[in-house]
Amino acid sequence: MPFDTAQAYEKHPKVAIRREAFGGLAYHYGNRRLTFLKAPPLVDLVEALGGFPSAAEAIDAHVRPDRRPVYEKALAGLLDSEVIRAR
Amino acid sequence: MPADSPAPTLTERFSHGLDAPICLTWELTYACNLACVHCLSSSGRRDPRELSPAEARAVVDELHDMKVFYVNIGGGEPMIRPDFFDLVGYAVERGVGVKFSTNGTMLTPERAARIAGMDYVDVQISLDGTDAGTNDAVRGGGSYSAARRAMDNLAAAGFGPFKISVVVTRQNAGQLDEFRALADSYGAQLRLTRLRPSGRGADTWDDLHPTQAQQRDLYHWLLDHPDTLTGDSFFHLSALGESLPGLNLCGAGRVVCLIDPVGDVYACPFVLHEQFRAGSVRDAGGFASVWRTSELFTELREPQSAGACASCGSYDACQGGCMASKFFTGLPLDGPDPECVHGHGEAALAELAGARLEPLVVPHPGSGHSKTGRRPTEREPVFVTLGRRA
Repeated sequence: MPFDTAQAYEKHPKVAIRREAFGGLAYHYGNRRLTFLKAPPLVDLVEALGGFPSAAEAIDAHVRPDRRPVYEKALAGLLDSEVIRAR
Repeated sequence: MPADSPAPTLTERFSHGLDAPICLTWELTYACNLACVHCLSSSGRRDPRELSPAEARAVVDELHDMKVFYVNIGGGEPMIRPDFFDLVGYAVERGVGVKFSTNGTMLTPERAARIAGMDYVDVQISLDGTDAGTNDAVRGGGSYSAARRAMDNLAAAGFGPFKISVVVTRQNAGQLDEFRALADSYGAQLRLTRLRPSGRGADTWDDLHPTQAQQRDLYHWLLDHPDTLTGDSFFHLSALGESLPGLNLCGAGRVVCLIDPVGDVYACPFVLHEQFRAGSVRDAGGFASVWRTSELFTELREPQSAGACASCGSYDACQGGCMASKFFTGLPLDGPDPECVHGHGEAALAELAGARLEPLVVPHPGSGHSKTGRRPTEREPVFVTLGRRA
């Protein structure tokens, strides 16, 4: 299913994130893929997703309005690589 | 390394280093029952100072704390270590995935079944020819059939997609399609890596390294087969045009490092030489401190000079190539890679040979732990533990 900002998501339970100066590294223990999270706020957003009723609300809480499209696109990519999943 | 293609800015950031390595190789033992002529670590005899099982577990604990997600285990032949399965099991339990390289000689049906039952364990079987003649000339008599037996055992145990790991040489560079077919026949993944003049490879590199024509063929073959794993090892070929997938940079000390069997930490798996030794996991502060604060790694994370390559239009693509390949062929680290696709490395090597009045002094990795080589015990203290192994 394509990414939908109205949907609730969470970090995939098989994913571990390591923070780095540039953002973070996400490792999926199931598919063994390593994904780069290229901004520190994106790491905060992914970690916090599970606590919000929708992706839109999580993004609102973490990102300036003018940066929203960038983060929506980033989350869509992370859904594809199973760093996050719908809940 | 299995990384998404990052933006250039990210690559730049990687060159300054990370809190923990992305790709960590851990050689568990120098003991090996084979004596491959290109062995990076000149393995053969077990080093008596090898990390004890308790010390090895402590390294796993540290990797866990540093959030190193997986470790590439090698050797020597790692399965020779009596605590091999304990250690792999412990790593997995602590969330450190394991990919281990083996020559397959000890991968019996029973062990294949045991490995198939473990989560987060990948197996890589080394094979350097699609026929016994080609393979055994490099890896030793009987090694081809042993590797094939191991593959059969993994397949029979239902392990799933293991990896067939090939060092590309002049002798097997024409067999890429056959390697591919062999991997497909097992449902395995093919992994190709670059031959380095490291370890015993220093003495055989002249005869084994691919020709320029073979390098060009390999480059196009890799572009045509993007699902082939390479550990980003052929980034020097990106100077031929379009970049190969992966991080196009030397990750030594920046995103990559090596822990050797006695706990020494080196900048990468191809530079087991005092000059590139950053410290030891046995030092106060352990591995984390070596990775984060060692003088060598700090230096490697400084912006590097393009040196003689600065005027070359391909420098952005190849970044000057492989540090280890330059070092062990006697080329300056800020000069061209000996296998530079534009021939600058060959020219530099020829110049080096022509200019010398004295016999060429090239840093030699030493015979290391080769069974026929000089024993390290002649220069280093040996700590012998009496009594039974734990």
